[in-house]
Order: sequence, then C-alpha cells, then structure tokens
Amino acid sequence: MEDRETLTNLYYTMLLIRRTEEKILELLLQGKLASSMCHVSIGQEAVATGVCSAMQPQDYLTSTHRGHGHIIARGGDLRRIIAELLGRATGYCKGRGGSMHLVDINLGHLGSNGIVGGHIGIATGAALWSKLQNADRVTVAFFGEGALTEGIFHEAANMAALWQLPIVFVCENNQYAMSLPWTHATAERSFARKGEAYGMPGVEVDGQDVLAVRQVALQAIERARHGEGPTLIGAQTYRFLGHSRGDPSPYRDKEEEARQRARDPIRLYQERLLQEGILTQADVDAIEAKVAEAIADAVRFAEESSPATLDSVLEDVFARQD
Amino acid sequence: MRKIRYREALREALREEMQRDPRVFVIGEDVGRYGGAYAVTQGLLQEFSPQRIIDAPMSEAIIVGAALGAAVVGGRPVAEIMYVDFATLAMDQIVNQAAKLHCMFGGQLIAPLVIRTQQGTGRGAGPQHSQSLEAWFAHVPGLKVVMPATPYDAKGLLKSAIRDNNPVIFIEHKGLYALEGEVPEEEYTIPLGVADIKRPGNNVTLIAYSYMVHTALAAAQELSQAGISAEVVDLRTLAPLDMDTVSASVFKTRRAVVIHEASQFGGFGAEIAASLQERLFDTLTAPVRRIGGLHVPLPAHSQLEKQVVPSVDQIVQVVKEMIGTPEMAAKHATTQTLCCKSI
Repeated sequence: MEDRETLTNLYYTMLLIRRTEEKILELLLQGKLASSMCHVSIGQEAVATGVCSAMQPQDYLTSTHRGHGHIIARGGDLRRIIAELLGRATGYCKGRGGSMHLVDINLGHLGSNGIVGGHIGIATGAALWSKLQNADRVTVAFFGEGALTEGIFHEAANMAALWQLPIVFVCENNQYAMSLPWTHATAERSFARKGEAYGMPGVEVDGQDVLAVRQVALQAIERARHGEGPTLIGAQTYRFLGHSRGDPSPYRDKEEEARQRARDPIRLYQERLLQEGILTQADVDAIEAKVAEAIADAVRFAEESSPATLDSVLEDVFARQD
Repeated sequence: MRKIRYREALREALREEMQRDPRVFVIGEDVGRYGGAYAVTQGLLQEFSPQRIIDAPMSEAIIVGAALGAAVVGGRPVAEIMYVDFATLAMDQIVNQAAKLHCMFGGQLIAPLVIRTQQGTGRGAGPQHSQSLEAWFAHVPGLKVVMPATPYDAKGLLKSAIRDNNPVIFIEHKGLYALEGEVPEEEYTIPLGVADIKRPGNNVTLIAYSYMVHTALAAAQELSQAGISAEVVDLRTLAPLDMDTVSASVFKTRRAVVIHEASQFGGFGAEIAASLQERLFDTLTAPVRRIGGLHVPLPAHSQLEKQVVPSVDQIVQVVKEMIGTPEMAAKHATTQTLCCKSI
C-alpha cells in the first residue's frame, strides 16, 4: 500500500491539472492567451499523474500538443506555464512557444510537441544516449493513440526494442484522433499484441484509475532502468471536451460521453480516498483551496510579467557556441 | 603537401573529432560493417566500437530523430542519410524538430547534430537517387547547410559542423568522393559561413558550390583562352551565406553567373541573383544569370542525365553572351539604335 503522502500528492496533482486547464479555458475565452491554439486534457489527468509519479528526478520525458498535464505532473513551475500561455517573457519558452511547446530541461522535460508523434524520435534518442552512457535514466514518451498510426512510432518502437533502450511508450488512448474513433484508425487494438509485434511487452491499463496507472508505470520504468528494454503502455482514457476550443465534438455519441464522464478520474479517486479514510472532506477542501491559491498566484505572476518580444525570438534562431 | 581523396578527408574529420570528443558518434545505414555506401566511414567501426559507429535499421526518420534526441541530452551525433533523396523520409525530424527546437523552446534546448548526406548526378542513379535538394534545407530557419567542393574544405567544414551547437545539413557530392586534393596533416578547421575564392578574375564572377565549383573552374580555364578572366567563388556554406564575399567579387567584375545542379526553377541561385541586384543594381553591366538544372525528374541514364545539369560549354556560352564578342557587341549596338529610333 502506498503511503498517505504519495496518495495525497496524486490527488493534488490531478486536481491542479484540472483546475489549471479550467483556468486556461477561461483565459482563452477572455482573449488573454497569446495564441488560440490550445488543447486541454480534462478527463485524462490520471495518466499524466500516475506515470510521472513513477519517474525518478533524473529521468526524461517528451510530451504532446495536449501536454499541460505532463509538465504539471512532472513538477513544472505553474507561473512559467501560465506566463508562457499569456505570451510573457517569463514563460518557459520566453512567451513564443505557447500551449503546445512547454518544456523544462531542468526537470528532464524535453518538450511538448505540435507534431503528432514527432517527439517520439527525440525520446528514443534520449534513451539511446542514456544507454550509450550507461546513465541511470529512463525516458517516458507520452503520445495519443493518433500517433500509433504515424510512421515515426513504428520506427521508434522497432529501434527501442531492437536495442533494448530504457524507454517507456505511454499511449494515452483518449479514443479519438480529432474526430476519428480509434476503431476506425487501426485494426489491431490489443496493446499486448501491438507490443509483442515489436518485441516488447504491451500492457493495457484503466487510464481513469491513477493508482493502476502508477503501478503499471512503476513496473515498466523499473524494467527499463534494469536494462530489460522498452514497454508499451496503453492507458484507456477519454477526452471530456472537444479536440480544441472550436470543437463541440458532434462526432461523439452523447450517451457515450455521459458514460465516460461518469468515470471522472478525479472524482473516482476522491471517493476512494474518502471511503478508505485516507482523506477527510476537510482535507479535500484544503487541497482545493491550495490548488486555487497556486493558480491565482501563477496568473498574477504572468499578468505582471513583461510581454515577449520579437527581438528575443530573432536572437534564438541559432544557438550560440559555448 | 600530401594529397588525399574527398572521402578520406571526411573520414579523417570524423576520426579526429571522435578522438577529440567522446560525445561524438556516428549513426546511419551501413555505416559500420559496410563502411558507408560511399566508403566514408570505412574502418571506423574497427577503430572505435559499435557504440560509436552505429549501424541502424533502415528507418531514416528515427535515425535523425534518435540522433536529435541524443544531441538534446548531451551527445554530438553525426547521422548519415545515404542519399539526400531519402531525407524526405526524415523531413519532420529535420524541419519541424531539429531546426525548431532551440528557438521554439525559448533557447532551453540545443540540437548539436550533423546530418551527413550526399546528392547530385554522375552515376545515372535516376530521379530518386540524384536530386539536389539544398534549397529546401536552406529555406528553413534554424538549419545550417554546408556543401564542400574539395577535400580540404570537406575536412575543415565537417570538423566545424560537428563542433557547432546547431543542426547542420552537410551535403556531399557523389561525384567528388574520389577527388584528390591537398590536405595538410596538421589540425585545422574552416568556419561555417565563409565563402572561398577558388580562382581570381576580373571580368565575371562565377558563383557555385559543391561539384559545380569544378565545372565553373573548367569553364574559367576555357574562358581565359578567349581572353576572359573569370573569378570563381565557392559559397561552401549556403546557410549561413557569405553574401559579402560574393558582393565584393561582383562589385569588382560587374557580372555574375550563379551555377548549380539543382533545378534552376525555385533554386538557390535565385536567392543569390536577387540579393546581387538589390545590392549592386547600378554596378552590374548585365543581368545576373542563372545556370541550373532542367526542371525535370532526372533520368536513370548517364547520357541523358548529363544534359539535364549545367555543363562547361553552357557556362562558357553564357559568359560570352554577357561580355559580348565583337559581333555580339555590334548586334547590341544595333538593337539599342533601333530602340532609340522607335522612341
């Protein structure tokens, strides 16, 4: 059984992701974001939280266009995240990267990416370098099920298994690649068999159950750390909202949406914590207040920060020599 | 000075950089056991180790992607893409990832990665193995593009490319690997972004890079027999581009011809020609001329292939047209008179 602190942190992280993204949507509607490109992961918080909780500080990860949750779960600085979205010089990318390109090299977060699957190559390379250096570092590549049908995933999975690289492929299957149901995208939908085809274990997990995700991730990361090679995790989850702001998801069955929303990962986990006496209602309320304060502080910081400048963009086209 | 081949100069650069910096490694198809499709990495697997000369599966996207990922976390990879035509299979990794990383992420990440590849005609290798695609890469902000013409340049530029903190597309030419040239035994590097005057002259500037430098030099030799003194400027790197050296030469000669194997249409020559007229419109005595390849998929037929890309004769003819033979000058004068009369 996990200790109380770990269990509480998982709850705090999931709630922080949810409330932050709700705030981001609010800022978007207020016209305060520097870019209208913004994809939230509401409904998918247990995957980012469970997996990142299983990582060590020295490990790496790469993330997706729907990546707010990954950087928050990795311990990213909420101030710099909000500042980035508001286009401020204090943001993670000096205000020019926006929602899709969050990054924190100091946390081993090698960037979220606007190209579906594009970052899986970078993750594989980070794992290759860790292996060549005999470094005790595991890389986690998060991606949606849309990336499963991209060529780079196939090439990366093949290479990672061939060379037994210390990497964990985490597929967050939110069931839809924009509008396309995954049943219309790929014939083989067993992660076990998909993994087997590449020569690595494939594990399926309920992505709405944060503790189940954490367990699966702990095992996969442990395997990778001990030189036993990659694992493909398929976390079954659901994107509660549309693909992006302008998407009311008319392609989804409303009954299906209701059924999925009933399995809200945060509510499921909260009920469990209350039932098992790990948290009291007062604890839950205190966490809610703490989350609200962190977000208010981040928004305040961002709004007080100076705006991004084109000069700074021009300065960074090429890296300087050491 | 000793003479070595272009491929040996490249191999020396790789060897010396691998000896100098343990972070440098090579990854690509057939680079180890086979020694490289054009034998550049021959013997390096035996000298180093399979961990530093890595034979990768046939997966161009992940070869570049893995090299990039390794570069981001501390490696100094040299990825080999056997033919530039195959870089199309890795374009997301090159264009959307490697080129963008540093700037897009606010300077947090660097991508010190070299992608070695080769291109061009000469083997009748056909439309999917002979293209010249440098303009694509030069058009992408964040990429450096290097195109050496001689063994000396190949070695010095590759060493600088490996030490550079940015993604460098290092494009060799399949027709140059056996070319011999002087290369000193001592250590040297050539900075990226510095063009080189391969032959001085006064009447016209021939601007070229890669294999076409040699075609331009042969044309310059022939022109000298007709009393025309041609200066040959080798760009050596397209990005960064040393427009100052080019402009200085054209300022002196007042005539310019840009020569490349790639399709003339939309080619890099257009960039040079446009820049020259912006800088030197009043100095030029003739429009800047471009001599590029025909805009056609290259035939897998050595004799037809030769007709697609610029030749010595073509360059000589264009220069003579620009400078004018006595009868051309007379014709030019007549045309001008006619024009004046019609006004």
